Amino acid sequence: MKYMVSVIDDRTASGTSDEMVAIDAFNERVVADGHWVLAGGLASPSASTVIDGRGEEPVFTDGPFLESKEHIAGFWIFEAPDLETALELAVDGSKACNRRVEVRPFL
Amino acid sequence: MISATDAISRAHQEEWGRLVAMLARRFGDLDIAEESVAEAFAIAAERWPGGGVPPNPGGWLTTTANRKAIDRIRRESKRIDRQHEAQLMQDATEAEQAGAIEDERLRLIFTCCHPALAMEARVALTLRLIGGLSVAEIARAFLVSEVAMGQRITRAKAKIRAARIPYGVPTGEDLPRRVSGVLAVLFLIFNEGYLATSADADPIRSELTAEAIRLNRVLCSLMPDDGEAVGLLALMLLTESRRRARVSASGELVPLDQQDRGSWDAELIAEGHGLVRQCLASGAAPGRYQLLAAINAVHTSARDFRDTDWSQVVALYDQLARLDPSSIVALNRAIAVAEVDGPDVALATVDQLEEKLRDYHAFHATRAELLRRVGRSRDAREAYDKAVELAGNTAEVAYLTRRRDQLGERD
Repeated sequence: MKYMVSVIDDRTASGTSDEMVAIDAFNERVVADGHWVLAGGLASPSASTVIDGRGEEPVFTDGPFLESKEHIAGFWIFEAPDLETALELAVDGSKACNRRVEVRPFL
Repeated sequence: MISATDAISRAHQEEWGRLVAMLARRFGDLDIAEESVAEAFAIAAERWPGGGVPPNPGGWLTTTANRKAIDRIRRESKRIDRQHEAQLMQDATEAEQAGAIEDERLRLIFTCCHPALAMEARVALTLRLIGGLSVAEIARAFLVSEVAMGQRITRAKAKIRAARIPYGVPTGEDLPRRVSGVLAVLFLIFNEGYLATSADADPIRSELTAEAIRLNRVLCSLMPDDGEAVGLLALMLLTESRRRARVSASGELVPLDQQDRGSWDAELIAEGHGLVRQCLASGAAPGRYQLLAAINAVHTSARDFRDTDWSQVVALYDQLARLDPSSIVALNRAIAVAEVDGPDVALATVDQLEEKLRDYHAFHATRAELLRRVGRSRDAREAYDKAVELAGNTAEVAYLTRRRDQLGERD
């Protein structure tokens, strides 16, 4: 079962070097424990482009598709047997990156 | 010989949660579990009155619910083969013989009270899946429409499935935190019954207090060494023991000092006191519910309000305040302080809590009583007004209104 853990932020490129060190250490542990699938930080929402390819001609619009005070600054994808395990990982991830996170299961 | 109707309602009380838990584990699906158990009871209601109550009602219900679950899965997926089917029936019999079912009910309680679910969903799921209340009954208890309550339960079950909220008793360092989460759900159910918050509800809804006590008894039988689970049961029993004395014939709340102590339920008090003694004897540091139970034990030990050992009550609140330094604990402590050190001392403490508790009716009601006692009638009247405005419980509003109107015009 895969879970996506999104990092919630209200500023962009706000990560500090201390946070990066903590995130690296956390990531190593996630890999060692066999929960790692993928993770990454995302550029600012203002760098996004919205695409509608359903018509004859694709339409490109300057993003983001949803204006909000907070946005997703990065994410982890974990492999975990159940929500309990995913929540434990998310608690440590939240500590490491020093931000709130949201856990959402894959279908 | 007991009637079929009695047998069904007894089986419903004793077997419902057990059956749902067992089927949920076996088939990994709460919907199938809940619907199959409901179906088994519906068949019992149809057949037992005419055909007689089976010698082992629990076993009959287990077999029937299990068959219905397999029927459902067969209809829905058609993938279940004969061999697997035989295995499932076999498991049912073995699990029952091994007495493993108690643990399954405990697992289901932890699933229903999982912190990833909204509090209102935890309450609804616990009452439905463990308590066996119908969706209509739960909807009535929480004053929402049956449709809305049904959706709440469906959404919660969908989240359990999609997010894979585990079906199991947490281990290690998680356990105490998760147990206190379960106790919080039971306490909320009890309190909503004991002091209904809505102006549209009856002031006391004994169906909710009774259900909370029943569920707490189940939890205690499953986790007999958990002091806080026992403490909460004692607290509920000692609170429930005063129910009859708590609302007057005219529907008005009767405060502790004016209650007819002869109408308190001696049996519940004896049981509650026994549990408090059991907690004390364990020697473990008491948690929040055990301390609240101990406070209630002091109150229920006094033959008269004036006989109350108030310094003991204050000492227990001091202990509680160290665990839970909240304004509400400080407010309740002040009520006891008024009896030991006088209303002026208590009032000084209460006044300091205003910022945090100004939207809480009990803050204004407490303050009003203290202001009355120190002779500040005009301030007391204002405080009663505020308390009446904020209180939702009909019996409490009636009491506070009368107290306010009794204040003289002087001062």
